[in-house]
Amino acid sequence: MSEAASEIAKLPEREALYPAGVAAALRLAAPWVALALLFALLPLVFASGSALTMLSLMGIMIVFALSYNMLLGETGLLSFGHAVYYGLGGFFTVHAMNVVIHDRLPVPLPLLPFVGAFGGLLFGIIFGSVSTRRAGTAFAMISLGLGELVASSSLILRGFFGGEEGVSTNRTKLLHLFGLNFGPQIEIYYLIAAWCLICMAAMYALRRTPFGRMCNAVRENSERAQFVGYNPRVVRFIAFSLAGLFAGIAGALAAINFELVNSAAVGAEQSGLVLLAAYIGGVGNFAGPVIGAILVTWLEAMLSDLTEVWQLYFGLLFIGMVMFAPQGIAGLVMMHEPLWQARAYGAMARLALTYLIALIPALVCLVGAILLIEMTYHVSVKASEGPAISLFHLTLDTVSVKSWLAAAVLGGGGFFLFRLTWPRVGAAWHDAFVEARGGGRAK
Amino acid sequence: MLELVTISTLNGVLYGMLLFLMASGLTLIFSMMGVLNFAHASFYMLGAFFGFQISQYLGFWPAFVVAPVLVGGIGALVERYGLRYVHRHGPVAELLFTFGLAFVIVEIVQMIWGKGPVDYRVPESLDFSAFTAFSTNYPAYKMFELLTAIAIFAVLFAVLTRTRVGLIIQASLTHPDMVAMLGHNVPRVFMLVFGVGTGLAAVAGVIAGPALVTQSNMAGALGPILFVVVVVGGLGSLAGAFVASLLIGLIQTFAVSINLSVADVLGGIGVAPPSEGVLADIWTVTVAQIAPIIPYLLLVLILIFRPVGLMGTREH
Repeated sequence: MSEAASEIAKLPEREALYPAGVAAALRLAAPWVALALLFALLPLVFASGSALTMLSLMGIMIVFALSYNMLLGETGLLSFGHAVYYGLGGFFTVHAMNVVIHDRLPVPLPLLPFVGAFGGLLFGIIFGSVSTRRAGTAFAMISLGLGELVASSSLILRGFFGGEEGVSTNRTKLLHLFGLNFGPQIEIYYLIAAWCLICMAAMYALRRTPFGRMCNAVRENSERAQFVGYNPRVVRFIAFSLAGLFAGIAGALAAINFELVNSAAVGAEQSGLVLLAAYIGGVGNFAGPVIGAILVTWLEAMLSDLTEVWQLYFGLLFIGMVMFAPQGIAGLVMMHEPLWQARAYGAMARLALTYLIALIPALVCLVGAILLIEMTYHVSVKASEGPAISLFHLTLDTVSVKSWLAAAVLGGGGFFLFRLTWPRVGAAWHDAFVEARGGGRAK
Repeated sequence: MLELVTISTLNGVLYGMLLFLMASGLTLIFSMMGVLNFAHASFYMLGAFFGFQISQYLGFWPAFVVAPVLVGGIGALVERYGLRYVHRHGPVAELLFTFGLAFVIVEIVQMIWGKGPVDYRVPESLDFSAFTAFSTNYPAYKMFELLTAIAIFAVLFAVLTRTRVGLIIQASLTHPDMVAMLGHNVPRVFMLVFGVGTGLAAVAGVIAGPALVTQSNMAGALGPILFVVVVVGGLGSLAGAFVASLLIGLIQTFAVSINLSVADVLGGIGVAPPSEGVLADIWTVTVAQIAPIIPYLLLVLILIFRPVGLMGTREH
């Protein structure tokens, strides 16, 4: 009993969680003002057309991945069909845009994502009422089934989904406000950036409400959440519907960006992509899905230029993250926070050095693996183009045993050496923490 | 009409038994380890491609034996070095690991065999018609598929209920700690079950490959239906998986042969069709056209009226 009382005493005061006053409000607003400035200034640095397109895609993906995180990260619901709400939001938006253009309604383009939000919320409520009855594995399978249901229906209901070619629109034909016609990509970028910022702030705020905390409680232990007096099914249902709403906004932004939505938007691949993005970035942390969205969008564009089997690298990266870093990139970074807090800079430097030493064999292993994958692909699918293959500015003969042997030695040897560095990294990690906690060098 | 019913029933039972070959492994793995193996259909696909490749060199019959053994071995390795390692990160990580695996297997298959279908044919020794029902020649290969599936079902049932190994497996499902106390190596039992389960999926792949199309999207096409089967049957229930497999097999087979639409039914009693919009699409679509989505509709219905599945008993 006294233990429990001391546990309660250790909890932060209400004021610490929800501070009041002007200074506190400023502290709360500062990161968002900084983020807004960053969004505003980014096009000055990345001014080229392709870079602007990439930034726009990243903004869309950030909203989508964060909405996914409301399910997986906050409420512990693993969904394999989140693209349904993204895609339907997009279809609702495209149809709304066409109606607005056709009837000459006085609606400017920046308001259209509200339609996507409505579409996402509507179907979040409909499908959520069925699927959130269950949690865990059953929920995951149901989300997959519902995803397939909508994806298959999209090829049957041609009137709404537009069949194979999808539904297209023209974003410049809507009401022009302040001389903006939203033709150039830069205007679309700012539209997406503004909506992205609003959605990020809204989802961050939602996390901090009592409802957000209840979501976490349901994720951790739904039975105990029930004892506190909340129905976990209702909590899951509300979280699911709201995630649908934000996914719908992301879909609407995508529809505005591409001026086209087709059935691929509701498909399994899109659902898989957002899962990959959120998970690789890290679902335990608000910054995680943002990092993941940026990284995955960038990787998708870069890798698909470089290699035709880029999805294989994607899958391998994902499996690697699941096996060795389930907390994601953001989680890996946050592991070092106590060191930073303790100002143990010496320990951090030593830790960084061991990381660097471990990185070298890891890179060698990576090069070997890439060579093996690319040569296999070349031999089996593109054999007609001759045996020579050019990788890393080297020309390799895929028929000779030597190049295969070299790749295998690089891959296997690199992995062996990398494996040898693990205990050293672990020891350095341990030392660094002992030092940070004790405030001095460990014995 | 009778001809249609007979042939469709045969085909439906065949499809259902093939589904059960996979669903049984999936269910056993799930009830034992609490992991729904997302990559199960990928092992089915690997079975088909291995069967194709081996039959190129050795002929169909050796491939029929060797391919499932190889795939089962790969499955056991995946359990030993992948899943067992990921287990420490919890059930979500395990499910995601198999999800990533499914993704990678599709890519590897595309990397080696390309995206198009491969020429995997029915062996000549089985390429004749078994019998003639009414006016339809029923191919012997389909009978072979059906008999194989039934034989494996019988053997699996006998092993699980009548042998010592089966008893240990059954005990490990519910009381793994007690079984370990009695001196059995439970992790090895897990590895064995995972290997056999993926091997069974591969058997389904080897025998279904020539009858269907062997290409890299076959896992993606079948996987979701498989999960519908295990959820509809009740997660972890072998009997439920059996009933659901047959049910979905029969429903889907019958649906593709029914060329009826809402327009035919309501038009017959004098209801005017809507002129345009989503309703018009629903109006004219035939049952055969919606056959692919019927399993998912069934899933939704089951969830509304019986959330634990047909024969499920506990919440997972």
